[in-house]
Amino acid sequence: MFDFMKYRWWYFGISLLVIIPGLVSLLLFGLRPAIDFTGGSLLEFKVGEATKKAMTAESLRSDLQPLYEVTTVQTSGVQQYLIRGKTIPNDTKNLALDVLRTEYGPMTELRFETVGPVLGRELLLKTVVAIVLAATLISLYVARQFKEVKYGVTAVLAMLHDSLVLLGVFSLLGWWAGVEVDILFVTALLTALSFSVHDTIVVYDRIREFKKLHPRLGLAEVINGAILQTLGRSLNNSLTIIIMLLSLVMLGGESIRWFAVALLVGAITGTYSSTFTAAPLLLSWDLVSQWWYQRKKAQRL
Amino acid sequence: MSNSIRTFFLIIFLTIVASFIALPKKVPLNFTFWGREVTVPTFELKQGLDIQGGMQVVLQADMSQLPEADRATALISAQEIISRRINLYGINESVIQTSQYGNRYRLLVELPGVQDTDEALRLVGTTAELDFRLESQDSVTATQSAVAYLNTFQPTGLTGQQLKRAGVQFDPETNEPVISLEFNPEGTELFAKLTTDNTNKVMAIFIDGYPVALPKINTPILNGQAVLTGGFTLDQAKQLAVQLNAGALPVPITILEQRTIGASLGQESVQRSLRAGAIGVGLVIFFMIAYYGWQGALAALALVIYAILTVAAYKVIGVTLTLPGIAGLLLSIGMAVDSTILVFERMKEELRVGRPFNQAMELGFGRAWSSIKDANLATIMTALILINPLNFPFLNTSGLVRGFGITLLIGIGISLFTGIVVTRTLMRLFLKEKNQKMSKEKTNV
Repeated sequence: MFDFMKYRWWYFGISLLVIIPGLVSLLLFGLRPAIDFTGGSLLEFKVGEATKKAMTAESLRSDLQPLYEVTTVQTSGVQQYLIRGKTIPNDTKNLALDVLRTEYGPMTELRFETVGPVLGRELLLKTVVAIVLAATLISLYVARQFKEVKYGVTAVLAMLHDSLVLLGVFSLLGWWAGVEVDILFVTALLTALSFSVHDTIVVYDRIREFKKLHPRLGLAEVINGAILQTLGRSLNNSLTIIIMLLSLVMLGGESIRWFAVALLVGAITGTYSSTFTAAPLLLSWDLVSQWWYQRKKAQRL
Repeated sequence: MSNSIRTFFLIIFLTIVASFIALPKKVPLNFTFWGREVTVPTFELKQGLDIQGGMQVVLQADMSQLPEADRATALISAQEIISRRINLYGINESVIQTSQYGNRYRLLVELPGVQDTDEALRLVGTTAELDFRLESQDSVTATQSAVAYLNTFQPTGLTGQQLKRAGVQFDPETNEPVISLEFNPEGTELFAKLTTDNTNKVMAIFIDGYPVALPKINTPILNGQAVLTGGFTLDQAKQLAVQLNAGALPVPITILEQRTIGASLGQESVQRSLRAGAIGVGLVIFFMIAYYGWQGALAALALVIYAILTVAAYKVIGVTLTLPGIAGLLLSIGMAVDSTILVFERMKEELRVGRPFNQAMELGFGRAWSSIKDANLATIMTALILINPLNFPFLNTSGLVRGFGITLLIGIGISLFTGIVVTRTLMRLFLKEKNQKMSKEKTNV
């Protein structure tokens, strides 16, 4: 039998290789919150083939200066622009578009969103509540599922691992590619949490079953056996999810691309963590508690 | 065996019904069945604002001018007035929800397919104007049309500002619902003068320039407490009171959030996402067949049935499809294969141990079931938090997030059915015999 557990420090190492850069980025740059959370406005428009002059971030900013304070300008397609700025009412947006039309030529408004700062703060609070609620419910469920503390705690640790990976990746993406974290990212995060436990439950179920079948084996052998049995299933299943999400990321519409990316990252780390984080953690827990027990015994003698 | 055949036919029947429902509306289904004309009812998939384009506005009602007791009524009145205006303007399928959370009174307005956003904002954002108008006696003739008749009404100077509140009461004698009007001191004085000078005339109540009631003045009313009678049903009386209150309890409205999405943007995204989904499903089916052979082909068939059932369920339940919802659908297709793969891998193990095929299959299904059930419960819990079905004010109510949660939840439900029941039935029927032949050949050798 292949000794998966022999290499468990490697698995932890791989996890840290992903988590540490993400964590550093989180601490240094944080996440880039979208207007959903901060309040602000977003205006997307398409300009005609022939513009009167070249449209650049600087020219846009200076043309709109007194009227509309623009923070970022992005191209969102062919001849298509997405600008973000302070919260403005509809009338100001119309004035701004008029200015742009006289400066650059005809253009069509595709999308306009403006969110007051009050709503942004409220959404942030709701998001925190949702995450805490989901994490608590899932942890309670895991605790009920596995009566032994070590299963519950390690499953929750694996879940934490996945959240850190996802948050770190999006912090890096925000710093590197200007990707924003919006309400859909939070949705993806919650979904990733449930993916994570989903796979962990399958692996742990098998570990307990294997333990019952082979009561004489040590925990390392039991885990090895269980992983060997579930690995094919884990990989194959993730493969089908990854196929679906990857095609959505590569071919799907622009507006849900980063949502699909977040789900994809969640699916990958969720699969990895159940086999290569949750199971080795379980073994480490066991070894540490054995060592603790031995030490106590030695002290008593 | 007969049991599986029965289930098999049930599945086929269900799939046929579902595919009729799932068919696009453009395919008309009329046929004659034993001489009778049959029209299959068509269901349409509701599209969210992010797909069909439109506008979503969150409005804040400023209640600081009103006493605590009147605030909830005022919010409902504002909702009623906005919905009246929108309907008159001709926007179909608009949704206006009220939300009250602590001291915050809000209206969430969704206007699908709106082109002229400036006009729509004007419709939504202005407060109601109520005023009392008197008929001018000299111009009443029997041949006048209703519109011309209404045009003869002259403003009296009495408006919603002088009306304190309207309410529904019951006439103590006839027990009929009536509407009570209460004026402020200024209004009481004006109303007393008007009713004294114009007894037996009609004094109409107009809201936003449209008449909502045409009561006749029977006697002069001096104390500012009027009662409208007129054989209302309770519902009519309630609705009228709500409309009158909108004029009586004016609440300034501010726009907190506005999202406008052009139709072209959503349509393009949908088409690209659906194409991505089709390619993804093709790849998954290819993978299943390449890896699991005949079993994989059956699982792929179950997956197709899954897709048909899911789309049909969306239509029957009335799920509003959003772009994140499509992502949820595609994700759930990827996950639907999960339970099947769990079962197959389990079967392989049982076969490896040396059990006969049939037994391995049944054991595989049985043993995999508990893991499948447990594992999916966590996802179901998350989906429920995302959907927030009880409308908890402390959780999100965003349509996009809900759209994703709903497709995810439906996806898990149906995938459990197709992954277990459908795949199992198909395997029992189609793989059993092949295997029996194989085992016979073996014994012959």
